[in-house]
Amino acid sequence: MSVVSFPVPVKTAGGCSDAPVLRERGQHEVFCGLTGIIWLHRKIQDAFFLVVGSRTCAHLIQSAAGVMIFAEPRFATAIIDERDLAGLSDANTELDRVVNQLLARRPEIKLLFLVGSCPSEVIKLDLSRAASRLSAQHASSVRVLNYSGSGIETTFTQGEDACLASMVPGLPAAAADAAQELVIVGTLADVVEDQFVRILNHMGIERVRFFPPRRADDQAPIGPGTRLLLAQPFLADTAKALQARGASLLPAPFPLGIEGTTAWLQSAATAFQVSKERFDAAVAAPTARAAASLSRAKLHLEGKSIFFFPDSQLEIPLARFLARELGMKLLEVGTPYLHRQHMAMELAMLPEGTFLSEGQHVEKQLDRCRALHPDMVVCGLGLANPLESEGMTTKWAIELVFTPIQGFDQAGDLAELFTRPLVRRMRLAA
Amino acid sequence: MQLTLWTYEGPPHVGAMRIATAMEGVHYVLHAPQGDTYADLLFTMIERLQKRPPVTYTTFQARDLGGDTAELFKTAAREAYERFQPKAMLVGSSCTAELIQDDPGGLCKALNLPVPVVALELPSYQRKENWGASETFYQLVRNLALPADQIEKTQSSKPRCNILGPAALGFRHRDDLTEIRKLLTDMGLEINVVAPLSATPADIARLADAQFNVVLYPEIANLSAQWLQRQFGQAFTKTIPIGTKATRDFVREVAQLAGLDPEAALVKAESRATWYTRSVDSTYLTNKRVFVFGDATHAVAAAKVAADEMGFTVVGIGTYSREFAREVRDAAKLYGVEALISDDYLEIEARIAELNPELVLGTQMERHIAKRLGVPCAVISAPVHVQDFPARYSPQMGFEGANVLFDTWVHPLMMGLEEHLIGMFRGDSEFHEDAAPSHLGGGVHVQTAQAASAVKTGTSTVATSAAPEQISAPALNQGTSQSSASILIAAWDAGAENELKKIPFFVRGKARRNTEKYAIERGVTLITTETLYESKAYYSQS
Repeated sequence: MSVVSFPVPVKTAGGCSDAPVLRERGQHEVFCGLTGIIWLHRKIQDAFFLVVGSRTCAHLIQSAAGVMIFAEPRFATAIIDERDLAGLSDANTELDRVVNQLLARRPEIKLLFLVGSCPSEVIKLDLSRAASRLSAQHASSVRVLNYSGSGIETTFTQGEDACLASMVPGLPAAAADAAQELVIVGTLADVVEDQFVRILNHMGIERVRFFPPRRADDQAPIGPGTRLLLAQPFLADTAKALQARGASLLPAPFPLGIEGTTAWLQSAATAFQVSKERFDAAVAAPTARAAASLSRAKLHLEGKSIFFFPDSQLEIPLARFLARELGMKLLEVGTPYLHRQHMAMELAMLPEGTFLSEGQHVEKQLDRCRALHPDMVVCGLGLANPLESEGMTTKWAIELVFTPIQGFDQAGDLAELFTRPLVRRMRLAA
Repeated sequence: MQLTLWTYEGPPHVGAMRIATAMEGVHYVLHAPQGDTYADLLFTMIERLQKRPPVTYTTFQARDLGGDTAELFKTAAREAYERFQPKAMLVGSSCTAELIQDDPGGLCKALNLPVPVVALELPSYQRKENWGASETFYQLVRNLALPADQIEKTQSSKPRCNILGPAALGFRHRDDLTEIRKLLTDMGLEINVVAPLSATPADIARLADAQFNVVLYPEIANLSAQWLQRQFGQAFTKTIPIGTKATRDFVREVAQLAGLDPEAALVKAESRATWYTRSVDSTYLTNKRVFVFGDATHAVAAAKVAADEMGFTVVGIGTYSREFAREVRDAAKLYGVEALISDDYLEIEARIAELNPELVLGTQMERHIAKRLGVPCAVISAPVHVQDFPARYSPQMGFEGANVLFDTWVHPLMMGLEEHLIGMFRGDSEFHEDAAPSHLGGGVHVQTAQAASAVKTGTSTVATSAAPEQISAPALNQGTSQSSASILIAAWDAGAENELKKIPFFVRGKARRNTEKYAIERGVTLITTETLYESKAYYSQS
């Protein structure tokens, strides 16, 4: 590979708040929003996801994460065929038939999502009308919502954003005089939720709600007293919809690593007037545990360089954690989409001069990556093995979405996701 | 619209990718939205290829739809040519691009690329993966293969053939090819071209430099082989060399096409499996009831091996490849069963539950079904899973393939003596009726546990009423039959229930069904121990 020019000048002072970003168009080597169903159907236990799409959509979901382990899945695809393309009225009749067939088979479904796809968007199949029609038909037993997970509109984790946003109008209104209540937004592993509840309770915040809830009927009331804490960085539309209902967003970075988790909890503590003593008492022990496990990981990671291909929008918070708490060198941080407002605190904490890119032209990005010879590459499943066989050490990005990584007690696990590929390469080389 | 939980085949453009990825010097430009790149991981993660599939995706987004998606395609095609310098290009649309009708073939013509460009029309809303692979290979052959008088013919004393069919992401294609190539070379043949696997566009051009074609996977290569027969007069093989007998037939067929004496090759050709199946400890395999499902080629071949070489009884056979339904229906007639032609996972699950086989030979889907039902299973066909690309040499075809089949199919079964001991004695903590084969760790058979709970429900019903009960069909059946129709069954008394438990689990389901059928046919409303043995005597006569 010859000389590669970097089209964006690197800024050298003042964090990354105003840092330039390379915006690229071209082949995006990322999943579409349908992929979110893989974790959402496990999180919301009585919901069912019906993709209205093509055979490609069905094939994607079953291939993307080896989800065959769930013999009777809570998702399915209504595969559009030629006859459905002939006339939209027929497509609607067909959709009703498929939904009725599904509900007859799975009477325990309480919440059904009709999930739009690229083909359903292109043929303009109106799933929101279908959802209200079907909701009316099954009024007593099933709520039917809709959102789009199509690749022409959403990238990977944006599917969760679209799904949660579709649930917001159905959330009950909080009483006008309700006390302020904390709602943590974004899918977290159950174990992480439980830890956060313990810590927040310890500081005296008694009532903590999660959105999405584990059960579809456990709905957080929303109103002017609602304080939102985003657990995930990809929830632009959901946050907007909740704010439109009067909730206010607590400014915070994301709860990755000690620093991120502390600042995230601090944001809640400030809003709920928790005293400094109480806060310190609640976080002292988990912080110490996290610090101990990170110091071990740092031995492997300090000074190592890392390159991020875009994947989940978690890239910037992850890069911030790896750079500041583990001493890694950031060569490029690619993200599918940069939400400057939600990322404001993260960007400010990112080392000055970090090379940021948004969107993707995968071939050009691979050129840059090869030219830089990073010690580690974070990338999707389509790129990982080919890069490994070129001699690079990779970390599959998708594992960062499917593993509990948030909070103090997961900080060590998160670091280990990065040390393991390096340690493995060393062991096999020895 | 079809409600689909799992799909046996991907869309047709994935079939096209399997051809492009198998070949060298070919690049595929696919007009597709963001997300369709997931297909790359099939090759890099499931097959663990060390290179990316040679595919460029245009990645159009919603905001492009009002604008110029055609220009986007042209840019992507031009850049892909410049970067990868392929010797031939494939261009086409995925399902979404098909709807926006940009005509990739026409657009690419305007680019005047200095290499052949093959435009693919793969109707995503009608066709599936294997059809896409077949069509893509056919279009490449049609567009690139030159007639015999336009190529330099190899001067050789040996007869020459091509091997057609092996592709990327194929079930054991890699090892089958090694096995068959060796078999053919040992017979004294020269291999002209193997395609699509490892073939370049230049190789496709010289396909005519061979007397005949060996077709290993008709799903992928039949269409091309038929065209080559019409155009160049090349005959092609029809026998699929899976199993010892079929491999011997294949050797004879090839020898005839090549003008060779088959006997020389057959004398030394023998698989160890042939002896193993005759070894006395294999007696217990006799009449084991198997259900076979897969692509048509593998299903038909596996059923044949099961019946003729293993001594099993084929109780059901089916395929998800509608294009080859006739072949499977013909095979089904040999075993006196009705073929199941379906790609509806639920329907296949229901059929397996109903037939209650002792072994399932299927795909990864059936492996999951079998796991749930507690039935042993071996995988014989695509769709593929990472496990279907073993590190070791593990062909399905040829004489070594026959050995692999023997091992793979027998391994999940309980050995004869173990089976007997369980039949004779009960209640032992290790050898108990619900135990899985001891060499597989001896877990509990799910089906037995389910049957046990069903029995309990049944018994309590008997207590309240001795009349035939209207009970709803098991959940599995509800799934497939739209009408959750109730079925008429006879009730069991407690003694008969206990007696039924003494029948080994692997035939218990059949005994239960037979007895109920026997009782209903005779208007017996309460099944007693006597009824059970009357039914046993009745069915063992036929």
